[in-house]
Amino acid sequence: MDDKMRDRIDAAIKEAGGQYVEVHIEEAASSAIRYRGRDLEEIGRGSAVGGNVRALAGGGWGFASFNDLDSLAAKARQAVEQARVIGGERIDLAETPPVVDRVPPVIGRDPGALPLADKKAVLDEYADAMMSVPGVQSCAVGYSDARRRMVYANSEGSYIDQERVDVNLRLNAQARNGADVQQYGVSLGSLGDFEFAANLRETAQEAAEKAVALLGAPDVKGGEYTVVLDPVLAGVFIHEAFGHLSEADHIYAEPRLQELMRPGKRFGGDHLNVKDGATVPRPTLRGSYLYDDEGVQGQETDLIREGVLVGRLHSRETAAKLGERPTGNARALNYRFAPIVRMTNTFIVPGEASVDDLFADVEDGLYVKNWYGGQTSMEMFTFSAGEAYRIRDGKVAELCRPVMLSGNVFATLHNIDAIANDLDMNEGGGCGKAGQSPLPVSNGSPHIRIRKCLIGGA
Amino acid sequence: MPHWGSVAIASPEQARAEAERILETALRSVGDAEVFYVASSSVPVRFEANAVKGVDANDSAGAALRVIKDGRVGFSSTSNLADPQALVDAALETAPFGAEAKFAFPSAQPCPEVRSYDPSAGETTLEEMVALGERVVAEIRAYSSDVQVEGGVGKADSVVAVVNSEGGGAAYRRSRFQIGFEGTVIRGEDMLFTMESASAVAALSDPSPIAASVVRQLEWAQETAVAETKTMPVILMPTAVRSIILAPLLAGLNGRSVLRGTSPLVGRLGERIVDERFTLVNDPAAAGAPNARPVDDEGVASRRFPLIDRGAASAFFYDLQTAGMAGAESTGSGERGLGSLPEPGTSVLLVEEGDAALDDLIDGIDEGLIVERLLGAGQGNLLGGDFNANVLLGYKVERGKVAGRVKNTMVSGNVYAALSDLVAVGSEGRWVGGGLYAPPVAVGGLAVAAKE
Repeated sequence: MDDKMRDRIDAAIKEAGGQYVEVHIEEAASSAIRYRGRDLEEIGRGSAVGGNVRALAGGGWGFASFNDLDSLAAKARQAVEQARVIGGERIDLAETPPVVDRVPPVIGRDPGALPLADKKAVLDEYADAMMSVPGVQSCAVGYSDARRRMVYANSEGSYIDQERVDVNLRLNAQARNGADVQQYGVSLGSLGDFEFAANLRETAQEAAEKAVALLGAPDVKGGEYTVVLDPVLAGVFIHEAFGHLSEADHIYAEPRLQELMRPGKRFGGDHLNVKDGATVPRPTLRGSYLYDDEGVQGQETDLIREGVLVGRLHSRETAAKLGERPTGNARALNYRFAPIVRMTNTFIVPGEASVDDLFADVEDGLYVKNWYGGQTSMEMFTFSAGEAYRIRDGKVAELCRPVMLSGNVFATLHNIDAIANDLDMNEGGGCGKAGQSPLPVSNGSPHIRIRKCLIGGA
Repeated sequence: MPHWGSVAIASPEQARAEAERILETALRSVGDAEVFYVASSSVPVRFEANAVKGVDANDSAGAALRVIKDGRVGFSSTSNLADPQALVDAALETAPFGAEAKFAFPSAQPCPEVRSYDPSAGETTLEEMVALGERVVAEIRAYSSDVQVEGGVGKADSVVAVVNSEGGGAAYRRSRFQIGFEGTVIRGEDMLFTMESASAVAALSDPSPIAASVVRQLEWAQETAVAETKTMPVILMPTAVRSIILAPLLAGLNGRSVLRGTSPLVGRLGERIVDERFTLVNDPAAAGAPNARPVDDEGVASRRFPLIDRGAASAFFYDLQTAGMAGAESTGSGERGLGSLPEPGTSVLLVEEGDAALDDLIDGIDEGLIVERLLGAGQGNLLGGDFNANVLLGYKVERGKVAGRVKNTMVSGNVYAALSDLVAVGSEGRWVGGGLYAPPVAVGGLAVAAKE
């Protein structure tokens, strides 16, 4: 991608016409390594070249993606034509200044510069560490890194050339006793730094020991509990339970949701503060970037301040429709998709309490840690803990089988009655929405306590 | 109106030639190689807030190369088809570290006739697609104008080719037409989500069954009912069958979990694992199946066989490498995307229909639940057969009648225990997505946890 490419993009945009046209061109290179047990099961390299054009014309959106860069001009015309076929009421985009910039990647220890042999040596050790724990039946190690260069240009004069590197690692151990199979895993990630993956032998061993311990652990009976969430699970909770509801593309076309998500509405106690942003709490997290996929600068957005809703996450279209400012949250998984409203780094702001305070007056409850996954339907959410302990008389007691927590966002946020002071951000996994998964995000929180939380189980 | 010809879609013969061209490049450097090539073109028309919102056109083409060098498997993939040598170099770079190959690429073999392509899907115009969607919106909103409708109508066309150094392989074309819509009702802080979709190899011309299903869900959900925290009989509708029955069963039947000893079914082939009225068949060439294909993604012929035969574990499913490691044979179950090596998977599954009509199943329940769709299924310990999920849409049954929608309710259990306590398999099967044909399934008791 060079000056010639820039000229071709400019020409394609100019020639296509339409109310608004934008072009994405992408080049990517990736590597992936996967283990089952001690055996390396898959090692591979991938490369991709592709792009898309998105156009607004005659009240509709047209979008065309392609691998063959020579078809750029034709695809730009096609996107505009398609938009015109659809028609409809005029769609406006919130004003944002055109940007011309070149953004180098955030790089620590560059995974792209490491020979495959070095990566394999590190991962071999983790497979070995897990398989060496007595009682472990099998394990899985999944590693991937990807470097993407993304060029963005639009008909308002923006031209942004950004690069980013994502690194992911998942360790999972499985223990078996007859027909009973239990597992425990951790999922970690980084924006551009292999270092986080380099010294995890102890983590791997602990994961394996936990899987074995779960075989002997009792089930938790379903029902309502007081639960204390660790920062990882509380981060997943705020992402699932509230974050998705803040995405204005759910809200902007539905008057009843606008009423439900109106600024000024109380969601929780005065101690509850929630933020999202590509630049906070640090600009080097997996959900961080300088510009989103509409060329809008990443920023910090207050979603809940002192328990009251104060902001929503926007693309340029949703911001215009709701009369607010764009927040830099329009993101696409890759060139095959149009940008939609997504979270970046989402977190509960630390409070005053010490972690011990949260447990102190819990007579009978659960301490839930780590995560398998989470899902939301806006009102209802579920998220599953990787680890659960009983809390008895203010103390963490026996290990239990993993549990699934579920609830209604409007009630549950009110039921958060304590927020500790120990913020931690979780960079594992990724977020899925509208078929675009896994998008790099991070989420986090201090320890929090929720009263009357629904736990599934017999 | 312009008709968009696609640059990506060629005939199966052209796809095969493209794959052979890459294979030839690879065979200059290595003796054993396989190329998997896919080109596709899809056009989804999107609806939002009861109206058409946008049209996408996605063209893509890419290839994956698997090589065996010095007994080890190397792998690479790309969407940059202009440079096959780079693809070969990348695969060769990974091979010294790769898994030991426990298989040979298959030679040419006869495969079943499969109707995976119908030109009517691609011939449907944008205007016709918009009209189909507008009909669904109108029919749902005729029931209630409180419903906000969104969804889409889409068509896709693709060619797949797999060729290898043994002269094996195949190429075929596949078409897909899809209609899927959601109807959402929001009252205060209460949200109701209903949805239905259908897909087929040929164009769908009648969208009314989709609207009718959404309306039926809205009707059943009109009243609110309260479930108690206890064990009760549950009717799982086909979509719920997929998420809480099929997902854990497949985790146990997957040859890879058997090989690794993490399946609870290890050493239990032939043994009765669930009620004898439950039969699950793998049939990747099934007539009418949107996902039907003549060969798997490694060029092994599709074949029909039961996974669970009248309650007994009957077969595990394998790809080439897993089968080689397990001392078994590939069952034609190698599945992959372009970006990774094949894994054991299933293209088309059929849950055999029983004889119980849904109305009779409901009639037979004094107090129980009907589960339409779940939230968060598959987050638990699937390998052990456990499931635990929030009921995203479900209804309370009281004295043989649908009493209304339940909320704040979770169901949990173990798939082997639940299917051993089978009440009946329903008689009204349907396609769920492109790869599962399933009727409703009624089980005697699942643990239900509800917020008071």
